[in-house]
Amino acid sequence: MKSEKELKNFKTPSTIPDEWFSWKERDTEKMEEVSRPSLSYWQDAWRRLVKNKMAMLGLIFLVLLTIMAIIGPMISPYEVNRQNLPNQYQPPSMAHWFGTDSAGRDVFTRTWYGARISLFVGLVAALIDVTIGIIWGGISGYKGGRTDNVMMRIIEVLYGLPYLLVVILLLVVLGPSLGTIILALTITGWVGMARIVRGQVLQIKNYEFVLASKSFGTKTSRIIRKNLLPNTMGPIIVQMTLTIPSAIFAEAFLSFIGLGIQAPFASWGVMANDSLGAILSGNWWTLFFPAFFISFTMFAFNVLGDGLQDALDPKLRK
Amino acid sequence: MERILEVNDLHVTFTTYGGTVQAVRGVNFHLDKGETLAIVGESGCGKSVTSNAIMRLIPSPPGKITQGSIIFKGQNLAAYSEKKMRSIRGVDISMIFQDPMTALNPTLTIGTQLVEGLKEHRKITAAQAKEKAIEMMELVGIPNPEERLKQYPHQFSGGMRQRIVIAIALICDPDLLIADEPTTALDVTIQAQILELFATIQKRTGVSIILITHDLGVVAKIADRIVVMYAGKIIESGSKREIFYESKHPYTQGLLDSVPRLDEKGELKPIVGTPPDLFSPPKGCPFTARCPFAMEVCDKVYPAPEKISDTHYVDCWLQDERAKRLLAAKTLQT
Amino acid sequence: MLKYILKRLLIMIITLWVIITLTFVLMVNIPGSPFNTDQASNETVQANLEAHYNLDQPYYIQYLLYIKSIATFEFGPSIKQPNQTVNDLLSRGFPISFELGIITIALAVVSGVLVGIIAALRHNGFLDYLTMGIAVLGISIPNFILATILIQQLAVNLEIFPTATWRSPAHMVLPVLALATGPMAIIARLTRSTMLEVLTQDYIKMAKAKGLSPWKVVFKHALRNALMPVVTIMGTLFAGILTGTFVIEQIFAIPGMGRYFVESINQRDYPVIMGTTVFYSAFLIIMLFIVDIVYGILDPRIKVHQKGGK
Repeated sequence: MKSEKELKNFKTPSTIPDEWFSWKERDTEKMEEVSRPSLSYWQDAWRRLVKNKMAMLGLIFLVLLTIMAIIGPMISPYEVNRQNLPNQYQPPSMAHWFGTDSAGRDVFTRTWYGARISLFVGLVAALIDVTIGIIWGGISGYKGGRTDNVMMRIIEVLYGLPYLLVVILLLVVLGPSLGTIILALTITGWVGMARIVRGQVLQIKNYEFVLASKSFGTKTSRIIRKNLLPNTMGPIIVQMTLTIPSAIFAEAFLSFIGLGIQAPFASWGVMANDSLGAILSGNWWTLFFPAFFISFTMFAFNVLGDGLQDALDPKLRK
Repeated sequence: MERILEVNDLHVTFTTYGGTVQAVRGVNFHLDKGETLAIVGESGCGKSVTSNAIMRLIPSPPGKITQGSIIFKGQNLAAYSEKKMRSIRGVDISMIFQDPMTALNPTLTIGTQLVEGLKEHRKITAAQAKEKAIEMMELVGIPNPEERLKQYPHQFSGGMRQRIVIAIALICDPDLLIADEPTTALDVTIQAQILELFATIQKRTGVSIILITHDLGVVAKIADRIVVMYAGKIIESGSKREIFYESKHPYTQGLLDSVPRLDEKGELKPIVGTPPDLFSPPKGCPFTARCPFAMEVCDKVYPAPEKISDTHYVDCWLQDERAKRLLAAKTLQT
Repeated sequence: MLKYILKRLLIMIITLWVIITLTFVLMVNIPGSPFNTDQASNETVQANLEAHYNLDQPYYIQYLLYIKSIATFEFGPSIKQPNQTVNDLLSRGFPISFELGIITIALAVVSGVLVGIIAALRHNGFLDYLTMGIAVLGISIPNFILATILIQQLAVNLEIFPTATWRSPAHMVLPVLALATGPMAIIARLTRSTMLEVLTQDYIKMAKAKGLSPWKVVFKHALRNALMPVVTIMGTLFAGILTGTFVIEQIFAIPGMGRYFVESINQRDYPVIMGTTVFYSAFLIIMLFIVDIVYGILDPRIKVHQKGGK
């Protein structure tokens, strides 16, 4: 029952001109049109990532860091390991932007050199993890049954092994070098990635849209490109952005317990470890720059990973 | 008849990053004691928002009741404080959710979840609570209630879980039960059982029911009156007979045509197109773009509710005399 | 439940076996064997080594005896310190490391969960942004850098806390803080995200619809479900804190097991490295097992399984 007051809210029909009572031209095509402009999955994800200020900050930092890692040592007039003892512990100045360390080496040059090592270790370790992880997880998830069972039990056992202890053990025996550190970091590191890939493959294998595409006779390559890729790549990329900082952290950690990369390479971890004593005597810059870059790189990867997670999750697509 | 609920000019908005969604735009309806009212409409038409608004369970922010009143037994719930509202929820008004698989907490026993509402609102001993729980389990038709109270949700089937959810909702003898798509997630045979259960319970307890659904089959079984929602507005309301056999709004007619029926042969006619974007709802009738009888006026002005009978109202320009002439001319042509 | 425990137990035993075998294989293959006479400093040491590792026996006998010695908690002698065994070092150092670890875990779990809940309940509010901003920093700053900053600021500059060693509660503040911040941040972020997910579940709406107080909705209905994923990462966190003690004990000069371990690495005291690694691994693997069991108890879907629930 409608109240009189309520009916007053509406215009009385008599005030409406007669000519408005005529059939409307129907635009059938317009009706079928979806209001949202259709963006591809990646465009959409990118659009959402750009909106995330923290993630963009991380991304920009990482791009700049990469550029500096490449050109930094080139534009600097100093050599990485050139010792100049009379010149030790110079505070930051026009000549040495980041100062010099206990051996009179230029911290600016060494910082970018360290960036090379840290990014290289992180990136290569992550790539190896992804490769093994995709192959192992892919086969395990795709084959299913007994194969899956055996492969997963192996993963469960490897997962139980304390990661850093195994790394330490291997490095003690093999001796620390760039190659052995990457080997040690990846020998059990891929397990997490394999689990994620398997989970994705299992889930997607039986998705109705995949089955549907198959039954429509869609080409396999198209199914992979249009359906499987967007749905598996998200978690893999996110996992990668988390693997890289953990590898960088592990490398720095190893420097601290005496298993770091040896000279002539200068990683951030080695630089920080060398300067622990120096900070107490007031030469803060020797620790500050490597410490800042380790932390900020980890921070950048973390916020970028968070941003990617939000941007790549198809469930959040609005 | 005792009027138990009256919703007047209810507006609900959600503020999101993309702008403000006007989810419910001036909804009016009422409910009498012992009556079953069905709110019907496509997903996103605002029917669930309306029911959540009555319970004041709209997450805020982003949601907000911007206008209107919800008069429950003479009291305006829209003006109630959260604390006062808590003494209404579960006691006077209860709610049932769509998916029984997710509506029960997986880590608590059925017994705990059944009696906690009772313990919250009534001074009652553990033994009395248990007795009441067993009584409720029997009412909703669960065998071995005493034993099953100690079990966890995952040990029950979907239909059984929905029975438990109903038992939870009814344990404090509410006056109003809001059921949001209570059978959508269930198998057809189980659906029929649950609907029967609603009818039995209503007969025994005299509870009023608001049934939110998009399934007209469900409505046909148990509703007394029906309101049809579209794009946040009620576009037609009437008794079950009026809506099913004398519907006036092209949308209601479209909805009915898109339901498969046993008694009639012929094609199913889906409604073409999609509902309008509620970020910027049209100022005229929201159905215009999809309406087979759209006129110039429809886009420009929203039609006033036209009274067909004491219970039957429709918001449509086709009820205007001039439109009726136009319609008659069209029928002549073809 | 029994079946579940047995399965986890089996996996635990296999993992232990893998790590024991790995240490054995690596030890035998170290270039210029660790048991070389010129490595060992004197005859006592050499005699200890031969007695413990049965170097006169063929490899498979050595292997079996090695497993037996580990099963009886005999982790072998040291090369560098005569008359010292790994067991001596453990009995001296482990209680201190254990104390450091337990305080750290308690702090990290309690404060991490609390911060996570608060952030979730104030979703998109000021407190949420503030705590999660700090949490991202907490994850990003490695503990050894944080430790140095803390010493520099709070111990050297402001002189509020002692710089090093492990003698009184005041000595414990900085190392515990340095070690706990990372895990705390991880727990806070995880609690927040699972809490947010749980809060959108129908059973939470249902609990609200029953007219329960917000307090009950959060602590009775949401928290238990939100903490499940937190329990699953506890194993990894234990491992992180344990390896964290290596550097923290080093920086704060705490005479714990971690410090002995790093010393043995620097001196290439192979038997100590191996013995400690096996001990630590066993400890962590058992912790992981306990975490799995706790998870099984918390999740009724696992608990009641063996009763043949429907």
